[in-house]
Amino acid sequence: MVVKGKKQSISVYGDGPGDRAIERHTLSVLVDNEPGVLARVIGLFSGRGYNIESLTVAETNKELNQSRMTIIAVGTPAVIDQIRHQLERLVPVHRVNDLTEEGDHVERELALVKVVGTDEKRIEALRSANIFRARVVDSTQESFVFEVTGSADKVNAFIDLMIPLGMVNVSRTGSAAISRGPDKM
Amino acid sequence: MISAVKEKALAAKTSKTKKMSGAEMVIEALVEQGIDTIFGYPGGAVLPIYDALFQQNKVKHILCRHEQGAAHAAEGYARSTGKTGVVLVTSGPGATNAVTGLTDALLDSIPLVCITGQVPTFLIGNDAFQEADTTGITRPCTKHNYLVKDVNDLSNILHEAFHISGSGRPGPVVIDLPKDVQFAEGNYINKANAITHMYQPQTEPDMMAIEEAVRLIANAKKPIFYTGGGVINAGPKASKDLTEFVKKTGHPITSTLMGLGAFPAHEEQWLGMLGMHGTYEANWAMHDCDVMVCIGARFDDRITGDIAKFSPKSKKIHIDIDPSSINKIVSVDLPIVADAGSAITAMLKIWKDKKYKVNQDALNRWWSKIDEWRSVNCLSYKNSDTIIKPQFALERLRHHLSKQKKDVFITTEVGQHQMWAAQFLPFDKPNHWMTSGGLGTMGYGLPAAIGTQLGNPDGLVIDVAGEASILMNIQEMSTAVQYNLPVKIFILNNQWMGMVRQWQELLHGERYSQSYTESLPDFVKLAEAYGGVGLRADTPDELDGVIEQMLKTDKVTIVDVRTCQSENCFPMIPSGKAHNEMILAADADKFDKKLV
Repeated sequence: MVVKGKKQSISVYGDGPGDRAIERHTLSVLVDNEPGVLARVIGLFSGRGYNIESLTVAETNKELNQSRMTIIAVGTPAVIDQIRHQLERLVPVHRVNDLTEEGDHVERELALVKVVGTDEKRIEALRSANIFRARVVDSTQESFVFEVTGSADKVNAFIDLMIPLGMVNVSRTGSAAISRGPDKM
Repeated sequence: MISAVKEKALAAKTSKTKKMSGAEMVIEALVEQGIDTIFGYPGGAVLPIYDALFQQNKVKHILCRHEQGAAHAAEGYARSTGKTGVVLVTSGPGATNAVTGLTDALLDSIPLVCITGQVPTFLIGNDAFQEADTTGITRPCTKHNYLVKDVNDLSNILHEAFHISGSGRPGPVVIDLPKDVQFAEGNYINKANAITHMYQPQTEPDMMAIEEAVRLIANAKKPIFYTGGGVINAGPKASKDLTEFVKKTGHPITSTLMGLGAFPAHEEQWLGMLGMHGTYEANWAMHDCDVMVCIGARFDDRITGDIAKFSPKSKKIHIDIDPSSINKIVSVDLPIVADAGSAITAMLKIWKDKKYKVNQDALNRWWSKIDEWRSVNCLSYKNSDTIIKPQFALERLRHHLSKQKKDVFITTEVGQHQMWAAQFLPFDKPNHWMTSGGLGTMGYGLPAAIGTQLGNPDGLVIDVAGEASILMNIQEMSTAVQYNLPVKIFILNNQWMGMVRQWQELLHGERYSQSYTESLPDFVKLAEAYGGVGLRADTPDELDGVIEQMLKTDKVTIVDVRTCQSENCFPMIPSGKAHNEMILAADADKFDKKLV
């Protein structure tokens, strides 16, 4: 009989991996820009139970018909390693770089933030936006749309600041990343 | 859509190409790929290809009675011949019925190319008649898949599909082919001009790692070889070299269910299969070894038992063609990404060139320990004069097969009978044992036997079956009759889903929920109804006569062996336990029934 809530070891599949250190890695994946390639990658993550924090993709080489995906995945080191190998196994995947593993890299994300308000709040929003070097890309008497670029942390901080000032919507791209220095990824 | 570069390269070659319809391209590509036998079932969305098939005689089509049967038959064909199996089915239900076979081929790394018809491109997405999102459905159960929207892409995709399916770690590839593309005319690019080089898995080992592996093997005091289906997939030479290498070292060897036959079972160094129902000596040797050489196996949960207690004292060498198999379950000390055959050949060469010698004293001590485990005689069972024990039935079968001049191929369904077949039948050659290992697909054995018989017309093909499994694809009896395939179906009939019953007895308080197979057909009459031969053995003394009769028939034959209903398959590592906690038949009462 299955006794729920007791020690897991009574399961025929033994204990799970337990609480090992969870890491956050940025993977850069070069893929053929063909129908279904995003579905293959997403399906891999959902099918094997991997956790994804952010995924961006766009064509980067028209001549070769290739796209680059930037994936931020979280998991134990063993799981991250598996994710990389499983991605490499997909036929339209040409190359996987674990940027977190390989050294310094730059990560940038863009967010569009809509803030609605008047008087003091409106002025405060504009002032804060200046500090964050966010640009105003749309403006009405009672609203702004700011464009802010930076690391995910910076974008988070900006959003936190805008919430009390009347933020109504946010749209984020997710992170794009590239390695530092002259070496090609 | 193919890349601009690829398109240009292909365009340069198309000047030399022939024009033909999409359906004709399929046949042309099959012929170029050396395929002479395909398995399938027609339907609306695939009729142009069936029309093209009708008008040629290079490719023989085997009409199965269910698409699942067609896929398993292609698997049996592929595994017993080393060629790629080809399946042709229609859209919608044709494709969804093939999914079990595709998943089976993915888990067991069998090269298959499955061509599915699809509704015309302009109807895709409209919920048309017999439409299913085949590429969507099969994405997680194939190595790769395609939806062909332009007939000019088709021939290259066909050649690429064969390349992907058969190279690296083999697997199933689906080509979803809309009906209008089958009718459309386009340029055919032949095999030599096709561009398939985008997919090039690593097959050659890192020689530094191989040197290190050989050094570890030579210095081991308690070594063991643990090999799997990868050795079989690497071709007959891999098995030959493995046998030579293992004999040179004098080390013990065990194998997974998938790897049986790579090393001859009659050799003294053979410990039998390992894992949940493996032998006592193989599992204990795995647990106590100091160097484990894993070649083409993947540390499945049915092999390792409790990971935390898995072979705690050993240095592990893992050779696998799939980098994602390495460190997936068990972290290893020396990973080598390579084709099993290339790696074994390289190790053998270094062993010879550098004139390595083993530590004979240590090895002798290790063998005496192994002999102690062997003396437990873990496969022993209590025989009976009145009731046929399934193990006894297989021992008699083994006895009669040993006198056979024909090449003997064994397939199985899934369950207790499968484990007993693995334990009691001898496997001396690769590609002679076809069983559903990874997916555990009941209903696999009969269609696989059909495919095997087609690939080996002079062979003797026996499907060791259970009465529950065989009913899952029993319709394939018609296929066997139609093509005069004298497949023998040896049913160990205990009237229970035996393995389910065993787990319910041992792990679920003897509550036999839904595992009794009520209302079974009369298998003798059933065989006769299909136009085959039916035989029955009710008592142990009838067995020999029935087996002899079975071996003489030239038609598909069902042998209904009425076996003991309550026999359990031992030895057994209860799931979640370690190799050294395995339970023997004699100690069945020690089974921890609290474990679920």
